[in-house]
Amino acid sequence: MATAEPEKAELKIVNDATCTFCGCVCDDIQLTVDGHKITKAKKACVLGTSWFLNHEIEDRAPCFIKGQPASVEAGIKEAARILYEARYPLIYGLSDTTVESQRVAVSIADWIGSNLDTTTSVCHGPSGMAFQSAGESTCSLGEVKNRADMVMFWGSNPAESHPRHFTKYSLMPKGMYVPNGRKDRTCVMVDVRKTKSAKAADIFIQIKPRKDFEALWTLRALANDIELDPEQVERETGNPLSLWQDLMDRMKACKYGVIFFGMGLTMTRGKHANSEGILSLTRDMNRHTRFACKPNRGHGNVTGADNVVTWRTGYPFGVNLGRGYPRFNPGEYTASDVLARGEADAAMIIASDPMANFSQPAREHLKTIPYVALDPKETPTTKHAAVSFTVATYGINVPGTVYRMDDVPIPLRTAFDSPLPSDLKILQGIEKEVLALRSAAFAS
Amino acid sequence: MSEIFILVPGRSSQQGCGINEGKFNETYVNATSFVQMNPNDMLRLGIEDEEKIELKSDFGRIEIAVRKAKADELPVGLLFMAYGDLSSRLMGGDTHGSGMPTSKGLDVEVKKI
Ligand code: SF4
Repeated sequence: MATAEPEKAELKIVNDATCTFCGCVCDDIQLTVDGHKITKAKKACVLGTSWFLNHEIEDRAPCFIKGQPASVEAGIKEAARILYEARYPLIYGLSDTTVESQRVAVSIADWIGSNLDTTTSVCHGPSGMAFQSAGESTCSLGEVKNRADMVMFWGSNPAESHPRHFTKYSLMPKGMYVPNGRKDRTCVMVDVRKTKSAKAADIFIQIKPRKDFEALWTLRALANDIELDPEQVERETGNPLSLWQDLMDRMKACKYGVIFFGMGLTMTRGKHANSEGILSLTRDMNRHTRFACKPNRGHGNVTGADNVVTWRTGYPFGVNLGRGYPRFNPGEYTASDVLARGEADAAMIIASDPMANFSQPAREHLKTIPYVALDPKETPTTKHAAVSFTVATYGINVPGTVYRMDDVPIPLRTAFDSPLPSDLKILQGIEKEVLALRSAAFAS
Repeated sequence: MSEIFILVPGRSSQQGCGINEGKFNETYVNATSFVQMNPNDMLRLGIEDEEKIELKSDFGRIEIAVRKAKADELPVGLLFMAYGDLSSRLMGGDTHGSGMPTSKGLDVEVKKI
């Protein structure tokens, strides 16, 4: 006798879901959802697929106080107390959550007079500084897709960090003025190592490590018809002047050029001076043709963090609100420094993991102070937190808005509900408690 | 015997996927616990694939397995490893007024253990 198959729950299809793993923020993903699990993520790259398929509902308590499971309400009260009582608190992270949550985090920073910093400071913070001195000749990824016939990457490895960059935005797509897609484009890649991305390039230029500044200024000189000493150029950049001249000739001859740059520039010797070099080179190129320059942003909503912190304080990161008004000073108010110098006496870390990524002195200090951590997963940071919240995942369980790396806001579509609270709910709770503590202090 | 190399920590696909699976899971731990070296450097220094070496910067010291870099991915004298706890141990806290510690292009001393 045939036995009846157990009835299967119906699979749900979510069209045009948004992947928030990297700054490409691809919003064309088709998800197949089986209850509380995403089983397929059509169109997602290897990183996007792993993002969607590995965010199930965590089998963890929603809140821990000193490592012990606790109620969310108790956690919110304790978190507010820690932050309110601190003399030099730090609020840090924010690049993997929605702009709605980012806004509330900025409000809390304002109420408690905190340092406020985002993961921008340890990715494109130096570029943020350079924008202020050199300006930004910018564009949207849509413009790149429709117009760019020369696409350059400098110190960036999209094949491993932004796998759909080439296919969705910059190299392969057929656009209005580049109807043959890849065939109409020249791709140049400049890096210190021959990364997986180098395969995609028509021209790969391997420069000496820590010589980006010199290479960029060689190009700036050539853009401005300044004569250079061939021997010095080769010695400094590791490549002959003729190669740089050939590149400059191609850059001048293109109709629409774009340079994407990565942390190969910002994390290495020169930092903001390197970013300033590439932004200034782009400005120089606009005397010859149209050129734009974009940092390849890493985390899904790090661009949103820059936008929100700028709307609210006038500065993009590294802000101190201790005097009741915002002051901006990278190196002084940025998280790495405030921690490595042993200054912060409490912290709130939202959606980031400094315990894994910061320098040893910064991590050692963070271990010694009470701090609050919000993250969908257990991380080295949540492990050492005085209060940690296990939150629902943005873009999978939580709706909201994120900003793509070109500052275009994109809405999120959720795949399934989570019993875990969103970080928005936790942050709103903490803000309310902080305000109650303030009122009580003023009343007494 | 020791020699100075330049270390470039960076993103790898395996490390990116590991973040999603969880930082205490195998994928992430594996992805962040080896350093890649040019095969000629390995030959010259007599280092075998998967052999553990010492990397020392001005700020920290780690022991880590070496893997041969593919083809011409790394020039002689350059090392690559995925960002993670081990690479962070070699970073200094000073950001030179930028907010960004020097996280790529670090001078490291390579020593056979
Ligand atoms: S390129 Fe980035 S945003 Fe797009 S699917 Fe891959 S990880 Fe997600």
